Amino acid sequence: MRKLSPLVLAMLVLGFAFLYLPILAMIVYSFNASRLVTVWDAANSPTLKWYGELFANDQILEAARLSFEIAALTATGAVVLGTLAAFALVRYGAFGGRALFTGLTTAPMVLPEVITGLSLLLLFVALESMIGWPAGRGQLTTTIAHVTFTAAYVVVVVQSRLATMDRSLEEAAMDLGARPWKVFFVVTLPIIAPAIASGWLLAFILSWDDVVIASFVSGPGSTTLPMLIFSKVRLGVSPDINALATILVLIVSTVVVGLGLLLYRRERQRQREVRAAVAADSR
Amino acid sequence: MTTDSGAASRDSRPASTEAGRDTYVRIDRVTKKFGAFTAVRQVSLDIRRGEIFCLLGGSGCGKTTLLRMLAGFEQPTEGRLYIDGVDVTDVPPYERPVNMMFQSYALFPHMSVFENVAFGLKQDRVPKAEIRDRVAEMLALVQLQDYGARKPHQLSGGQRQRVALARALAKRPKLLLLDEPLGALDKKLRERTQFELVGIQEKLGVTFVIVTHDQEEAMVLGTRIGVMHAGEILQVGTPTDIYEYPTSRYVADFIGSVNLYEGRIVEDEPDHVRIEVPDMATTVYVDHGIAAPPTAEVAVAIRPEKIHITPYKPLEAENVVRGTIQEIAYLGDNSRYVVRLDTGKVVRVTRPNVYRHDERLAWDDSVWMHWHPSSIVVVTR
Ligand SMILES: Nc1ncnc2c1ncn2[C@@H]1O[C@H](COP(=O)(O)OP(=O)(O)OP(=O)(O)O)[C@@H](O)[C@H]1O
Ligand SMILES: [Mg+2]
Repeated sequence: MRKLSPLVLAMLVLGFAFLYLPILAMIVYSFNASRLVTVWDAANSPTLKWYGELFANDQILEAARLSFEIAALTATGAVVLGTLAAFALVRYGAFGGRALFTGLTTAPMVLPEVITGLSLLLLFVALESMIGWPAGRGQLTTTIAHVTFTAAYVVVVVQSRLATMDRSLEEAAMDLGARPWKVFFVVTLPIIAPAIASGWLLAFILSWDDVVIASFVSGPGSTTLPMLIFSKVRLGVSPDINALATILVLIVSTVVVGLGLLLYRRERQRQREVRAAVAADSR
Repeated sequence: MTTDSGAASRDSRPASTEAGRDTYVRIDRVTKKFGAFTAVRQVSLDIRRGEIFCLLGGSGCGKTTLLRMLAGFEQPTEGRLYIDGVDVTDVPPYERPVNMMFQSYALFPHMSVFENVAFGLKQDRVPKAEIRDRVAEMLALVQLQDYGARKPHQLSGGQRQRVALARALAKRPKLLLLDEPLGALDKKLRERTQFELVGIQEKLGVTFVIVTHDQEEAMVLGTRIGVMHAGEILQVGTPTDIYEYPTSRYVADFIGSVNLYEGRIVEDEPDHVRIEVPDMATTVYVDHGIAAPPTAEVAVAIRPEKIHITPYKPLEAENVVRGTIQEIAYLGDNSRYVVRLDTGKVVRVTRPNVYRHDERLAWDDSVWMHWHPSSIVVVTR
């Protein structure tokens, strides 16, 4: 291995320290017995006391459940809408107003969240006074709002996969007697499935950690987890939030590392098989 | 569809008279435009039942477009398509009695070899047991019995090509369209596969339409060849017809190599003609009549292997020219010469190396060339 110069090494260490030390500190302090976040109670630590309190706190559990539900519904809705839009963009060539349509579908990505949140709030209020739906603001309005802004990300992910997909695969299926809808479900969908899965995960994460838009469109009875954390922290950092954040970090890193390992293994296996096939040909 | 006379009269050569002459596919004045660009122009073509028809032409001449119209992926701008007498112009691809083998093979990457080959049968709701038998039969046909469980990425190029063929044949189509089927294979594998392909076609009696830009491949595979250029079919005929009796400058030049010179008819008799060729500074004697107006601008074409090259003056009085050897390429089985005439034009000559100790011709040798009066092809287009 090549030797790193001391300067580069120092910068590397500093960079990582800057990124991960705060998270590490947070994890360590989640085991602190003292109620004061800044004072390490060496006598009684480490302790799982805050974790226990966390699981006894109905408010937090309820918020977590709500956030999870909204995120899962959002991701599913965004994937359906986003895939359809991506399909229209890639497959129907240069239809009239295509550029405008592209701009409109991806605009929510660059629009400040405050504006998205505010305009959606105005829309919901206007709709309610006009047709009486959606009645009040809560889980439903938050989900709708999240779908509108996460679908844009799904469009981008699925679109790039569709654009690189070999069209003759679909033609071959049609040539062998499959009708267009069948072709979509039996050939196109399985091939773009990885993109759809990453689109789903992306939408889930975006919805899961959104505070701004949710603050605009959710009602008093439906506080999502990020909103709860945010409001609690404003009253002063409490150790149970450290515990909650530690659990979240644990979940996220397990999922990311697990997925990464899985994909890496699959790719390695695939390359081995391709090599074997090519070798067999030259016998 | 029994009116084959139109095609027969357009073929200027005595066409082969073997059995099975009935038209299976009829392409009737088909034009395809992409916007303002015309990819296929007024093409009419009859393809016979059970033959291997090769569409041959340079890149971008519209071969794939024509094939895709037969498969149903493109809609003709004008004209009609008939398969077995039925007008299929407006029939969607999934209802046509036609299967296609794609240039990229287009194997479904998420399905095993077995599932790929079974795909078409499944769409027809063939019973499971029968599917299993048919797939096994197809895989045996292409010698991939033991590969059913593999995924496409676990196959080599040649194996993928054979799976694609098996998949296209599994539904027992009457007509199989193949777009550059051997394009992705290396030369050796290609030659072997050409013969396998012909063998399979003969065994199943399916009508093949093969697109290729490789003239050698067209000659090996095709019972008849259609030469395309700039969206038009220039000539249709057997490989011999196309090589020995090209009807246009383009076809003469495209197939094999040829010496092509402009000329003027100076003597026009029913049994022979004489053509003055300024580039060769001679008058060429041709031992057959030609169907052209006497004033026509014609070109004479002569193949390099039909020219004899000698260091001494031949006995013949006509069709003899002199030149100086400018270039020699020794290829083992034959040698190629480029001979410069006094007019500055060059003649390409090929001579087989029959004897090991042949009289060697050398650079800058003065040589004589002559050819038989029947060897000249006169083209008017
Ligand atoms: N969908 C399309 N839109 C616009 N132009 C097209 C389309 N498909 C083909 N063309 C044009 O039509 C012409 C003929 O294309 P085609 O694919 O039939 O050529 P080809 O003879 O198969 O050539 P190659 O040997 O390179 O495959 C080309 O100039 C191509 O650019
Ligand atoms: Mg092509």
